[in-house]
Amino acid sequence: MPEQLVFAMEVFLNGLMAGVLYALVALGFVLIFKASGIFNYAQGVMALFSAMTLVGIMKGQVPFAHVINVIFGTDVHYFGWTVPALLAIILTVAVMVLFAWAVQKYIFSHLVGQEPIILFMATIGLAYFLEGVGDLMWNSEIKKLDVGLPQGINEAIDNYTFNIFDYGFFIDNLDIVATLIAALLVGGLVIFSQYSKEGRAMRAVADDHQAALSVGVSLNFIWIMVWSVAGFVALVAGIMWGTKSGVQFSLSLIALKALPVLMLGGFTSIPGAIVGGLIIGVGEKLFEFAIGPMVGGATENWFAYVLALIFLVFRPQGLFGEKIIERV
Amino acid sequence: MFYREAGDFKTSYTDDNQTFPIKFDRYRYYVVLTVAFGIIPFLINDYWANAFLLPFLIYSIAAIGLNILTGYCGQVSLGTGGFMAVGAYACYKLMTAFPDVNIFFHVIAAGGITAIVCTAFGLPSLRIKGFYLAVATLAAQFFLVWLFNKVSWFYNYSASGQINAPERTVFGVPVTGANTEAWATYLFCLVFLAISAIIARNLTRGMQGRKWMAIRDMDIAAEIIGVNPLRAKLSAFAVSGFFIGISGALFFAVYLGAAEAGDSFGIQKSFLVLFMIIIGGLGSIFGSFAGAAFLVLLPVALKLVGVDFLGWPTDIVAHIQLIIVGALIIIFLIAEPHGIAQLWRVAKEKLRLWPFPH
Repeated sequence: MPEQLVFAMEVFLNGLMAGVLYALVALGFVLIFKASGIFNYAQGVMALFSAMTLVGIMKGQVPFAHVINVIFGTDVHYFGWTVPALLAIILTVAVMVLFAWAVQKYIFSHLVGQEPIILFMATIGLAYFLEGVGDLMWNSEIKKLDVGLPQGINEAIDNYTFNIFDYGFFIDNLDIVATLIAALLVGGLVIFSQYSKEGRAMRAVADDHQAALSVGVSLNFIWIMVWSVAGFVALVAGIMWGTKSGVQFSLSLIALKALPVLMLGGFTSIPGAIVGGLIIGVGEKLFEFAIGPMVGGATENWFAYVLALIFLVFRPQGLFGEKIIERV
Repeated sequence: MFYREAGDFKTSYTDDNQTFPIKFDRYRYYVVLTVAFGIIPFLINDYWANAFLLPFLIYSIAAIGLNILTGYCGQVSLGTGGFMAVGAYACYKLMTAFPDVNIFFHVIAAGGITAIVCTAFGLPSLRIKGFYLAVATLAAQFFLVWLFNKVSWFYNYSASGQINAPERTVFGVPVTGANTEAWATYLFCLVFLAISAIIARNLTRGMQGRKWMAIRDMDIAAEIIGVNPLRAKLSAFAVSGFFIGISGALFFAVYLGAAEAGDSFGIQKSFLVLFMIIIGGLGSIFGSFAGAAFLVLLPVALKLVGVDFLGWPTDIVAHIQLIIVGALIIIFLIAEPHGIAQLWRVAKEKLRLWPFPH
């Protein structure tokens, strides 16, 4: 087997793994968009914020320590305890639910019935706000996140491929775990939305707000729930990316990467988010591998957007999106 | 009391169609022009020029450009930073390639080049709408910045990858380079802003502006009443690109002096200009000024209050600034979707009756 092809296969596999992580962020977008028609730009910052909160709780950081110290002249930083990972995750989920409630009560209940683009811009404002709060609350240093997920090269795959191709593939254990968790998460969401009462109500709201309202579904409750679920998905994505490359500002830029993923897959489709994520992940890695060296590299910055742009010109609703019908 | 139509008789169509039909408004406009051109240049110093006046003038041009595209024609763009970079690099290439030509024409030509690039990236707007388009313009943002970083022809193969503005003069007075004086750079930018604002104002209240607004309100309906969506949308992209290109050229050549695509024209710049027009007022030329002034002044004011007065560390103030900007965006969208411009209109209506109740 030619060497280049083996390399390309490794790149392909790594692209798939990266695509899973994009898909995780994209999933949060789709959930909120389907249920409320809000295109939530803040999803990436939510991932960052939840990861920061998780680290902060685990290490026993004092929230707003920096501000308290400046105002009162004190010198507090840590409570002096550490919280086990599982408990910290539960507490972080509680924080995200609280956040979902606040977002619904103070922002989007006032914006019901506005044009989608206004809602979109409101979420950009929300993203800035949340970023500032996160930095103020847990300080803006790069933090290490370790919740006990396995990391490092997977020896089994390395040995196995070495026997076949004389070349060991480098696949990170974390990526494999992330793929498994993403699959579990999607499975869980599908079961939740198909078989539970709240899930059915959520789909009803996604279908038609007014019809759902008229059969007794509480829109307010559903929206808070959806934002909470999206917060939970953001937390999962935040844990994965945070473990991989540290909890830092660049995490929120992943949200931007999730946008082309969504455009490829269609805004309203959960399978679309997954497939779109995989296509983008594989596409940008392979493009960088094949074309990147010729044009100076770093094509990953824009490849996803340009791919989505070209794709949209031919199919404006994305791969799995609902057909756009416009009436006057 | 103020802003009254009474006693101001229009005896010709020209009178009727003027930009400021109310006498008080017209005089106020002349006063603003006189102060801006005749008084401020004598009072200006380096601190005020660099901290407030220059960024305000330059961002106002960018905000007018984006307002034409987003506020008037309804096409949300997140590629402003990338298009400003096109203006900056075009201006740089022209300045170094044709050193004998006056920089005034370089800036205009840079605007023209940006208009062409912007139109090319606007082509998908015929197929994709709403935030699909907003995301598509991100492609322009990231691709253009990458292009200017990677292709060394754009920065004349300099080792640092930066572009540096050489010294250029207008009527013998340097406006770019190291030896500029505050009043010269201020006047240079002000001339461009005044011209841009007058052009934009007249475009938007004429036939072209009405076509744009028809497209914004509902493009299918607009098509049915005879607006050609291809020409309306692409002309909005072109005009908007022209202004944004001018502002990018001025931002690099006059304000920064040296620039690097990723740092100076990143995605943050796109959001900043978008926030300016949201806070200032979508679909309003005055709103572009108000929003630019607001968002340029806010960091200066916060720094004065937070760092100099209260003695807080700069990073806390920077975070608080993020919170305030984010909160303001949300508050404006909820309470006053038409921004500061609408507050101004309401205030004018109040002043018109004051001090009488009816």
